[in-house]
Amino acid sequence: MSRIGVAFDKARADGRAVLVGCMPAGFPTVEGSIAAMRAMVEAGVDVIEVEIPYSDPVMDGPVIQRASDIALAGGVRTADALRIIEAVAAAGAPVVTMTYWNPIEQYGVDAFARDLAAAGGTGLITPDLIPDEAAEWLAASDTYGLDRTFLVSPSSTDARLEMTTRHCRGFVYATAVMGVTGARAQTSDAAPILVSRVRGVTDLPVGVGLGVGTGAQAATVAGYADAVIVGSALVRCLLDTPDLAGGLAALRTLSAELAEGVHNPAR
Amino acid sequence: MSADALSAAYPDTAGHFGRFGGRFVPEALVAALDELDGAWRAATADAGFRAELDALLRDYVGAPSLLYEARRFSAEVGARVLLKREDLNHTGAHKIRNVVGQALLTRRMGKRRVIAETGAGQHGVATATAAALFDLECVVYMGEVDTRRQALNVARMRMLGATVVPVTTGSRTLKDAMNEAMRDWVANVDDTHYLIGTAAGPHPFPAMVRDFVRGIGEEARQQCLDLTGGLPDAVAACVGGGSNALGIFHAFVPDADVRLYGFEAGGEGVETGRHAASITGGSSGVLHGTRTYVLQDADGQTVESHSISAGLDYPGVGPEHAWLHDSGRASYLPVDDDAAMAAFELLCRTEGIIPAIESAHALAGVRVIAPKLAAELGREPVVVVNLSGRGDKDVHTAGEYFGILDKEQ
Repeated sequence: MSRIGVAFDKARADGRAVLVGCMPAGFPTVEGSIAAMRAMVEAGVDVIEVEIPYSDPVMDGPVIQRASDIALAGGVRTADALRIIEAVAAAGAPVVTMTYWNPIEQYGVDAFARDLAAAGGTGLITPDLIPDEAAEWLAASDTYGLDRTFLVSPSSTDARLEMTTRHCRGFVYATAVMGVTGARAQTSDAAPILVSRVRGVTDLPVGVGLGVGTGAQAATVAGYADAVIVGSALVRCLLDTPDLAGGLAALRTLSAELAEGVHNPAR
Repeated sequence: MSADALSAAYPDTAGHFGRFGGRFVPEALVAALDELDGAWRAATADAGFRAELDALLRDYVGAPSLLYEARRFSAEVGARVLLKREDLNHTGAHKIRNVVGQALLTRRMGKRRVIAETGAGQHGVATATAAALFDLECVVYMGEVDTRRQALNVARMRMLGATVVPVTTGSRTLKDAMNEAMRDWVANVDDTHYLIGTAAGPHPFPAMVRDFVRGIGEEARQQCLDLTGGLPDAVAACVGGGSNALGIFHAFVPDADVRLYGFEAGGEGVETGRHAASITGGSSGVLHGTRTYVLQDADGQTVESHSISAGLDYPGVGPEHAWLHDSGRASYLPVDDDAAMAAFELLCRTEGIIPAIESAHALAGVRVIAPKLAAELGREPVVVVNLSGRGDKDVHTAGEYFGILDKEQ
């Protein structure tokens, strides 16, 4: 079982959900992103999602777009992202990777899977790769023992939910709203319905992402999902604060608040 | 494989043109793409839909467009040049053919809102036009750079009742406009149709858009037979995303003796890296939902494209072109900014026709291929050129390029 599976099993045994925190690799710098992800782990984030920046992130809202642009302008490359993944994995938290498909296709699908596994990554979330087009990734992830997280959406038909989750390993990513990443004022009504539909077709853990930004929202989602996935709100801590030390302090505070919400939802 | 078989067999049911095409999209869009695919197939089989579309094309768009023998231009370039006058369509470009087709589909699917991306603004104007005609809400995403160089078209869209959203991310051109339109669509897919303006994007768009514009080539083929008694030696078109080129190529694909030439925007020269020639200067990758030729770096990050023509300033190309290129059925060559502008001026001065700068790339390409074809054939070649749009929108850019604007302007 992958390290992420262990994390989910432990959380299930403790009767709680898992907090997944997302940060773009190389934002604001390579070293800065490693420091940020370590700070998140220290403050209680269970799983780190490292997003490899891409020039045309159509599933991402303005916050992650800006962070990705900053990382790319700073010259971050796929090889740097793999080094970041290795450093964060060594810090003790399971690391899952997320990226759009073209950077992986250009790196070489098999080579990427090999190097991701060697860096200690547990698997890959693919926002613009659906199982229908994923033959090469299915093979490479099997070869190197990596998890596969495809997305499911409130608009997915029952047949697609069944097909998509059948190709997942590790956990399933349920997009809570129809839209792009970014914190929202209210959590989604569609998400609990989607999670319950997913549970009808698979025993895999279900993570819910898109729109979660506060401890209270995280607690709500933790009430029905196995994992709460937070990205933009964490990234914003670093975007809104000019100096890294101040940004890391804000990031620690929010991470702790989210962790409290996820781990003690009934508080 | 014979040309006939080539034409009939592609794409497959999942939208693959050989190794190109397909669907690289968020799962959230799959249901909408399936709905669109179903609606398009049902409409295609529905004689009533076809009749309504044909009537619109005839009475509203002005199809068939003329095939005009450009005698003075021909004398200058050494080929018998027949211009397919898509510039005379309502709204001034071939784009309206695709738009009225998709607008009818939008209504058929019961959606009330359309969104579109636009570069030069011709597709945005066409979409705003159809939205007015069909009483649909319309939002057009346009790179901020393009809203400046195509200000006239921004005004036209607003007059027609559309909301124009200047896009300030990335290179602030067509690629970024398409990103924003995709983000809007993911969020509003229930009531919104994304009216993609070229034969690119996820399946079914490449095949569907091609089918809505293929009338260009069907008309031109018959008109050429009527005018010259035979088929042309070559068909030429500019290629950005590639809808006007596929529109005129498609009917000729089975005609093995008819050479197909697509002219990409060479910008400041492919060797400078500042160009938009995705096939000539790019490599296979995934962009905007499809696998095709893309301008990208070694890490798969999209590289900014450059062209004097806003409509060709895009770092990808429709997947069917990628496949026609690999199969050898069509040839793709770059035409740089200066060559395009020289051909632009030549058409103005010899024929009294101001072409779109996009279309001027095809005119410039004819000057390159004409002597080779003449040598090969031992006679003057007959070349059909898709004059895909008119140049009114480009008057400012061309005026600056040629230095003919008065100082106070």
